[in-house]
Amino acid sequence: METAIFLLFAALAVVSAVVVVAHRNPVHATMSLVLTLFSVAVLFVLLGAPFLAALQILIYAGAILVLFLFVIMLLNVQREETPYHGQPVQRWAAILGAAVFCGMLAMLLFRSSLASNGGAPLGPLTESLVSFKGLAADLFSVDLLPFEIVGLLLLVAVIGASAVAKRPTAEERLAPGRRLPEGPLDGAEDQPR
Amino acid sequence: MSPELTANLAATAAKMVVALGMLLTVVPVMVWVERRGSALMQDRPGPNRLGPFGLFQALADALKFFFKEDVTPTAVDRVMYLAAPVLVLLPALTTFSVIPFGPDLLWNGRRIPLLVADVDAGVLLFLALGSLGVYGLVMAGYGSNNKFSLLGSLRASAQLISYELALTLAVVAAILPVGSFRLPDVVAYQQAHVWTVLPQILGFLVFLVASFAETNRLPFDLAEAESELIAGFHTEYSAMRFASFFMAEYIAMTSLSALGVTLYFGGWSLPGIHLGNGWLGAVLGLLVLTAKIAVALAVFVWVRWTFPRFRYDQLMRLGWKVLLPIALVNFLLTAVLTLLGKI
Amino acid sequence: MSGTVPISWYLVLAALLFAIGAAGALTRRNGISIFLSIELMLNAANLTLVAYSRLWGERTGQLVVFFVLAVAAAEAAVGLALFIAIYRQRRTIDVNRLNLMRW
Repeated sequence: METAIFLLFAALAVVSAVVVVAHRNPVHATMSLVLTLFSVAVLFVLLGAPFLAALQILIYAGAILVLFLFVIMLLNVQREETPYHGQPVQRWAAILGAAVFCGMLAMLLFRSSLASNGGAPLGPLTESLVSFKGLAADLFSVDLLPFEIVGLLLLVAVIGASAVAKRPTAEERLAPGRRLPEGPLDGAEDQPR
Repeated sequence: MSPELTANLAATAAKMVVALGMLLTVVPVMVWVERRGSALMQDRPGPNRLGPFGLFQALADALKFFFKEDVTPTAVDRVMYLAAPVLVLLPALTTFSVIPFGPDLLWNGRRIPLLVADVDAGVLLFLALGSLGVYGLVMAGYGSNNKFSLLGSLRASAQLISYELALTLAVVAAILPVGSFRLPDVVAYQQAHVWTVLPQILGFLVFLVASFAETNRLPFDLAEAESELIAGFHTEYSAMRFASFFMAEYIAMTSLSALGVTLYFGGWSLPGIHLGNGWLGAVLGLLVLTAKIAVALAVFVWVRWTFPRFRYDQLMRLGWKVLLPIALVNFLLTAVLTLLGKI
Repeated sequence: MSGTVPISWYLVLAALLFAIGAAGALTRRNGISIFLSIELMLNAANLTLVAYSRLWGERTGQLVVFFVLAVAAAEAAVGLALFIAIYRQRRTIDVNRLNLMRW
């Protein structure tokens, strides 16, 4: 039963990952990434991390990718004419390179896991692994410093993103020394409200 | 398959039948309530030709949707256009699975909790699946290849993710004293103490406003905006596909009302009355929950036909500058009081 | 319940996802598509962390994934804001044409 679920969602994850990477329309690629994230969340549940699975769907699929979609639609990102830089050989080189890289990585991980438990099936799901209380207790006692730092990081990211994406005001645009050309999204706020 | 597994699967299947039955019957009932209720508030008769009190109007509407010509415009993005109606239904239907509809049933020596998905992450799963509701809207708007649909869906998705924050904070503040994400634990806590709405009145108000925004109901229905954007993100849909958007809206309303009722008003329990763990208790619990959800849905209809629509910038300002700070303050207060043992 | 799927399967899947993401990040021309591939790589790393967490029965891997999720959110926000700013200036997000700093 568990094997069947794993195989189904692993296959789904791989297929949708390939669509993310190969599809020319970025909106379709984003929706495919949603599917990949969802499959990975199911695998998290299989691995005894239901909290992370819920968080993955809530944060990653439910917020970050919506932000991606917004920006794609705001910037009107078109279909790519060709997904590679223009030479067909580059596409095959990429696939071959990815295959070799995957093989190397898989072998590395395989070896380390074999050394750890000899390919035997995993131990039972312990309460301490799965419970929310355990993760929360860790976050607020042992790992309190990283937790607070991540909070600070998110604050910095919010401020930074707002500052970077803000439209320049009229004074900033007319400032002496500004040499870069006006983009299509500037000047819109000069219209009377 | 072990007998334990088969028994579990059979119980879950039965619970799913109950949940789905409830959700799917709510739609025609709500259609009737909406039309008669709005008529009552607008001092006009409303549908009264089909059956006593116009009760068969919903049936007529369903038949109309079924037999209408299914027009698919040629320039649409096929995958998105066809997948959007399914994608709006998915979160609406699945979020109901964590709502308990009665006390634990003791039958055949087994203790069966009466909710479809008895996971530790109850409320978190609800919020996570609910946040996927944005994608149906976006796909409908983008896939329709129509400026008005795109505008409508962008507005709707921005609205949804903004109010999701306030909603999540309100919900988390409500479960903070309980100490568990599971909704049966929340109900048990409310049975032992008072209904959460009383200590969490601020949080409840935030939840109420945010739930109107989350389901795209007036006064926050800019996405459909009947008089501004034709039909918003579902302009290009006809017949059964339009019906599925329609259904999804009512089912999402029901799921969110069920969550609100379970979090703030005790869910299936009545104060002071112990329903017992037999079949009678289960049926009574279900009836009590249905009654509370019915009251919540009546409030939805009432508010819809009372208030004018919010303008988009007013809507965003309300979500970010008013609701979010209130929800944060409420959360902080609740956290401090819980830590001090006062709640 | 004891796991019936050996850990190596999860790790091979993670390696596969990472490699697919890497191939995408290297071959796509569109800046946002590159970003999507990077998110895919992050997910593969998360999967590895959770798999090892399960293997050793410890919560450390899950904790790290928690932080990775938060950092990924912050990075996505800032990265997309940068794309908006770039588009405003250069009217394109084709990485072939964003070459002001090239020799």
